[in-house]
Amino acid sequence: MEQSIKKIATREGFGDEIVEVGKENKNIYVIDADIGKSCKTGKFSQTLPEQYLEVGIAEQNAANVAAGLATTGKIPFVVTYAVFGSLRMAEQIRQEICYPRLNVKIACSHGGLTPANDGASHQCIEDIGVLRTLPNMTIVVPADYHAARKLVRAAATLDGPVYLRFTRDAVPVIYDEEQEFVIGKALKLRNGTDIALIATGDTVHLALEASDELLKEGISATVLDMHTIKPLDYDSVQNVIKKIGRIISIEDHNIYNGLGSAIAECVAESGKGILRRIGVQDQFGQSAPYERLLEINGITVKNIIKQAKILLG
Amino acid sequence: MEEKRIHDLSVKAQQLRQVALTMIYEAKSGHPGGAFSAADIVTALYFSELKLDPKNPQWPDRDRFVLSKGHACPILYAALGKLGYFPEAVLHTLRQEGSLLQGHPNMKKCPGIDISTGSLGQGASCAVGMAIAAKRDHKGYRVFTMVGDGEMDEGVIWEAMMTANKYQLDNYILIADNNNLQLDGTTNQVMPQIDLSKKAQDFGFDTYDINGHDMKQILATFERISTAKNGKPKFINAHTVKGKGVDFMENRAEWHGKAPNTEQYNDAMRQLGKELA
Repeated sequence: MEQSIKKIATREGFGDEIVEVGKENKNIYVIDADIGKSCKTGKFSQTLPEQYLEVGIAEQNAANVAAGLATTGKIPFVVTYAVFGSLRMAEQIRQEICYPRLNVKIACSHGGLTPANDGASHQCIEDIGVLRTLPNMTIVVPADYHAARKLVRAAATLDGPVYLRFTRDAVPVIYDEEQEFVIGKALKLRNGTDIALIATGDTVHLALEASDELLKEGISATVLDMHTIKPLDYDSVQNVIKKIGRIISIEDHNIYNGLGSAIAECVAESGKGILRRIGVQDQFGQSAPYERLLEINGITVKNIIKQAKILLG
Repeated sequence: MEEKRIHDLSVKAQQLRQVALTMIYEAKSGHPGGAFSAADIVTALYFSELKLDPKNPQWPDRDRFVLSKGHACPILYAALGKLGYFPEAVLHTLRQEGSLLQGHPNMKKCPGIDISTGSLGQGASCAVGMAIAAKRDHKGYRVFTMVGDGEMDEGVIWEAMMTANKYQLDNYILIADNNNLQLDGTTNQVMPQIDLSKKAQDFGFDTYDINGHDMKQILATFERISTAKNGKPKFINAHTVKGKGVDFMENRAEWHGKAPNTEQYNDAMRQLGKELA
């Protein structure tokens, strides 16, 4: 990647777009649980105070208040960190949001290992797995700033529960602002024939870098941005299973129950193809630089290339 | 006139108890104890206090009622059935496959249910969201929610109460069906609730201590609350008897979640019917 490449965190995309969506639709609400500054809702609370609630450090109540609001036609976005939004609120999301299929969005920053210095208590490698088991839930993980903006807008117009996973650290901007996104439809960023790299969120740019490197060695890779984990874009996955057969999944999440597991289900059920999963190796994080935490778990360009070569024999 | 109204509502409460018990008997499962302690207040709400339109359950300006202690739903279903939210025949389908009347209330299946409950603590907290919506939309509807005293073990209720205080929700009425019993025993044994009314007061609520089976007091309390538009949420500490109306069920924890056998059912129906005379 060029050094001049622009980097910005996906949580910034949420913070910027939710204001625009809120201005257009007075039913859009933001509910904060005392980490609004960190989750970038400051602009919303200043601009749209009548659509804003701060319920304090009480995430379970935040989710339930959102459900109550949704029964009256509001479209609340509950905002917190991924670890609290998926685990502290899990039963509230199940009982009061997913079970009655209410129009509530859970918008979380600090997904994956990105709150690196904070250590394992604030990192979240389990959210996708936990929420993927809930009926009626949609799970969206934007790969860059523009993807975040477009997918926030798309989530606001989708009638039903949506979990949006943003991250703390700046990531390269890979899309231009005209790029369109459809929830549930993967984007093909590279069209290759030897191997398929399916990535989500902050790891999409790693897949792109790896595909560039592989191409230099004569290996052509398809790269899919699987920004929606649920419902998974089965057609796109089946397509690469049939046409390419060799797949690597890449995610900043536990290798259990995340993107890799979702793809593994497709591969197993199709009876074709072979898959390698790159992700957090079923271990908690620690306080360390983000790049280092990724390296410990093999979530690197280098490892993607290595795994690709193994698959290609 | 007033005397007659009170008498009629008391009779109605006994009838609803009979309907609820029949539902539980036919389903061979359910929660009679907490349904009976809640019966008089639920009756007063549905047949006197709440602004509702059974023909239009989703009427946006309706008063809300959230039965946070969702396991007591047979008494709520009895009220909804009698008001015509669904055909009365449906009352015989409690807990059956495909029924509107799930073991715990499901808002997507049963008309008149304002939110799904059953997991304790959540309903009272969701009700705060509804009350905030009324305030933000400048609407006059109120949100009543009923919790059990045992249910108040759940921390999320206290989170909800702090939020009700912060947003000055005088349209939020939290009723504790304080029957002193929970599944494993008395509330004192399981988790002592030190002076609920004082705690609610300290959380910024106007509080009302009442006998939850005295229809006159229940109605008078609702009357007082309806005029207290002072920015303070309301807490009704309703002292009740679990299993109220059936001598072998009253104050007995084992009747929290058990259906009567035929002999017990007939005895209970006779006792409830006698008070109707």
